[in-house]
Amino acid sequence: MRRTFKFLLPAAIALTALGVLASACGGGTSSSDKTATAAAGVKTPAKTVSAAAATSAPLSGKLEIFSWWTTGGEAAGLKELFNLYPATCPGTVEIVNATVAGGGGANARQVLTTRMLGNDPPGSFQVHMGHELTDTWVTTDYMEPLDTLFAQQGWSSVFPKGVLDIVSYQGKPYAVPVNIHRANVLWYNKTVFTANNLQVPKTLDEFFTAADVLKAKGITPLALGDVDAFASVQLMETVLLGTLGADGYNGLWTGATDWNSTKVTDALNAYKKMLGYVNSDHSSLSWDQANDLVISGKAAMTVMGDWLEGDNKAKKFTDYGWAPSPGTAGVYDALSDTFGLPKKAPNRDAVLCWLKVVGSKKGQEAFNPLKGSICARTDCDPALFDEYLQSAMKDWKQDTIVPSLAHGAAVKQGWATEISDAVTAFVADKNAGTLQSRLASSCKTAGVCK
Amino acid sequence: MGNIGRRLLRNIISEQAAAVLLIIPSLVAVGVFVYGFIGWSAVVSVSEWDTVRPDYTFVGLDNFRDLFHNFRFQIDIRNTVVFTVLFVGSCLVIGFVLASLLDRHIVGEGLFRSIYLFPMAVSFIVTGVVWRWLLAPRAGVNILSSKIGAPSLGYGWYTDPSVTYIHADSRLGEALHTIGLGFFADPNFGLPLAMISVVIAATWQMSGFVMVMYLAGLRAIPEELRDAARVDGASEMQILRNISLPLLRPVTLSAIIILGHQSLKIFDLVISMTRRGPGFATDVPALFMFETTFQGNHFSHGAGISIVMLVAVSVLVIPYLFWSLRREARL
Amino acid sequence: MTIRWSRIAIYAVLILFALIYLMPIYVLLVTGFKSFGEVRLDQMWDLPSGFHYDSFREAYWALDSNLANSFKMVIPATIFSCMLGSINGYVLTKWRFPGSDVLFFLLLYGMFIPYQSVLIPLVKTLQMLHVYGSLWGLVVTHVVYGIPITTLIFRNYYANIPTELVEAAKIDGASIFGIYRRIVFPLSLPGFVVVAIWQFTSIWNDFLFAVTVTSNPAIQPATVALNNMAGSFIVEWNVQMAGALIAALPTLVVYIVLGRFFVRGLMAGALSSS
Repeated sequence: MRRTFKFLLPAAIALTALGVLASACGGGTSSSDKTATAAAGVKTPAKTVSAAAATSAPLSGKLEIFSWWTTGGEAAGLKELFNLYPATCPGTVEIVNATVAGGGGANARQVLTTRMLGNDPPGSFQVHMGHELTDTWVTTDYMEPLDTLFAQQGWSSVFPKGVLDIVSYQGKPYAVPVNIHRANVLWYNKTVFTANNLQVPKTLDEFFTAADVLKAKGITPLALGDVDAFASVQLMETVLLGTLGADGYNGLWTGATDWNSTKVTDALNAYKKMLGYVNSDHSSLSWDQANDLVISGKAAMTVMGDWLEGDNKAKKFTDYGWAPSPGTAGVYDALSDTFGLPKKAPNRDAVLCWLKVVGSKKGQEAFNPLKGSICARTDCDPALFDEYLQSAMKDWKQDTIVPSLAHGAAVKQGWATEISDAVTAFVADKNAGTLQSRLASSCKTAGVCK
Repeated sequence: MGNIGRRLLRNIISEQAAAVLLIIPSLVAVGVFVYGFIGWSAVVSVSEWDTVRPDYTFVGLDNFRDLFHNFRFQIDIRNTVVFTVLFVGSCLVIGFVLASLLDRHIVGEGLFRSIYLFPMAVSFIVTGVVWRWLLAPRAGVNILSSKIGAPSLGYGWYTDPSVTYIHADSRLGEALHTIGLGFFADPNFGLPLAMISVVIAATWQMSGFVMVMYLAGLRAIPEELRDAARVDGASEMQILRNISLPLLRPVTLSAIIILGHQSLKIFDLVISMTRRGPGFATDVPALFMFETTFQGNHFSHGAGISIVMLVAVSVLVIPYLFWSLRREARL
Repeated sequence: MTIRWSRIAIYAVLILFALIYLMPIYVLLVTGFKSFGEVRLDQMWDLPSGFHYDSFREAYWALDSNLANSFKMVIPATIFSCMLGSINGYVLTKWRFPGSDVLFFLLLYGMFIPYQSVLIPLVKTLQMLHVYGSLWGLVVTHVVYGIPITTLIFRNYYANIPTELVEAAKIDGASIFGIYRRIVFPLSLPGFVVVAIWQFTSIWNDFLFAVTVTSNPAIQPATVALNNMAGSFIVEWNVQMAGALIAALPTLVVYIVLGRFFVRGLMAGALSSS
């Protein structure tokens, strides 16, 4: 027995020391990476000159496009973009459709992060515009700037300035937005509304009045499916937007709005009140299963992004209406899927050409009607889109645009996960004070608030 | 002795060397893929790595301090303890009960055994999806009773955010307070009811395996022992308790190790069945680690969670392994 | 008369448990056979209106090449796992040298690491070995992380082989390999069965390593393809459940065919001594 003891401790120490040594050696290169990038800054690579020449030469090899669009309209839209590729990019490029489903991109992000850290970037990957793109990949020097491409394609006059700002960092754009989704949409069952003589609520007070009527009749006023945590974060963001207005909302993510202010307290209390009108089994349902409640008439309304329309269509439900979520008329809570150019991307020329397809009028007109979103470009033909999307396009032109919190536009990932955790705790314990202080402190941890 | 002895000795030494050589590939593999990676995790856990760009700046134990102050991590620790105790306990009990029932010359034993065992063939992900449906309050087992005319159950299963815990102002709470253990009267030391649903799914998956282990163990007990007891007038229950159970201790301990290591790492089942659950009632460290690393890009925190989990495992497992190895050496 | 009642009670309990164990399979089957329009959470228990094979067909077309990938990966991995575990168990029980217990413990500890925490260094290491992105990378990964459990199973199993047999052979001058070949290996079948079943199941059902190590959809195993049938937003539950059944079929077949040997293997001590 003593023999075992004598060997165990040194053996374990030796093995672990070996491990630490091995990793420290590996770690050495990374810290030198860090100093190199700090010295180099974010420079325009010399290669952009060749981008112009590349369009004429035939392309070949593989082009790996990484996304989480695995089924339904999204996959169909992506396929259309692939189909358009050979025309814009002549050659023998083989497009590899690398997708990872699950969790609204959660699995995909894990795979992408692991690959990027392992120096195995895909050709191009789907990423949400805004801080998810900028703070994850741009400030850490993993992406090439696309200013030359944008200039070449004349995109600064085609994309709205608000969008160009959100996809840019230090004046240079880093990704091409392919679509725009709206997060602050209230969907309702028309029959339930007319049967109960209800008007579509425009403000939060009207919402609560209608909700009381519905609750008395035994109908769930608001269907929520938050097994995926984003749904309750998104609901909170629409209430924050409805209470604070566009400027106040924007200020939350820049430090201009004080998280401890009474206005925010009011908003969080309104959110708390709203949660009282929600189906009790919300943590067992995904957002589309919550939509089933609206479709069947067991619930009257749900607040969800406009991808919900695709769900209605797939389930052949037509008796629905929509409106901006209570208190947010005139504001477009936007999120967008974009594609960029990772540094060291294999087959760089093929990727640049892909970005051209993604940002082209033809490409966006082919993709978006199938996806159920509107073009990020302002010049798409409305006739190709259905009724809701046409009204969304009209709103897009005139509304105030704000970045979505739940979908990576407003805040960086590290901050977003802390907000999500605070909201999850709140939905269960309904303690608005704790939520407010947690949100305030996570703003500080993120380095945005003082 | 002489020549033969020297040749034997040379043989023995070279055979020992061969034995060591045979096991070296495994040692190297485990040395790199397990201990090397643990070493890397340890280095990251004391670093400042908070974006996708690696950053090994040393920050001491700050990450661990942050973790233990993090409300989600505190809940995770509680959930792991609750899940492990309930999951391992139910599997052992149900496995043993089924095994002892099947050990009695049952017609169709093979069929029953297959039915109890095959859930193990299904992946945890599929199990999670199916049990999410089965225990969904709006559907599943809740409405099963309505199929036979009885009213539907209204139980919340995994949507129930409540935590059963000792309240500070209860008699037990005050008693704990007087002996200085008042901090136990807190939700962080309670039982999250939603976790019971996850335990049910996990037990469904693994109890058949435990049953088969116990069945094999029971079959290995010589019948003469039990016959002798029966002749002495012992009832079946007494035989079970006084003869079979003690002889099955090795089986129980093996089962605890295998189930225990699954429960400490549980991830697939939770992410497919309930995700984090209402108020994190079903959240587990592996899920927190996954989200904080790959969604939040807090790599150093994620590594910290792994190290804490490993230390916790070591504290529990090392003494047990020592004890069992020592027991074997004595035998 | 009392004996009769207790027998009935025993059968009643067994049948009740059997029904509970079969509930999820019922749901999987019934949902798999429904058309998309019929799939609703609250109609879960209802039988489908007919046998709609579309979801099975669709699921199969989506999965078939990936099922082949799974086989290509699982079979070598299982075989290597068995061999490695057997050799390790053999060496650690029949050829004890100073520190062999310590080494066993060190090997075993690897069972406890959460795999999420090793993904990043794993990718780097597999790249160094030039197997990243291929099915061989997965084979290497699963064989290595299977070492602890396979060694545990074989060590416990071989501990039940009487040392006298081995000692006698040693005195007769047999080498370490000779003893394995002539004595230990022929007795190993039940141990191999237990390890093969356990490893086949864990490797076949693994998702995390599969999605991390292989990125090319053409070579990904079935678990990844099955997950991708979910879609980020809209889920076709009937196709998903049909797919889950198809993906589980190989492991189910393994259990049905080898189940008897599994029990025999466990009875021979594969996991009971510790």
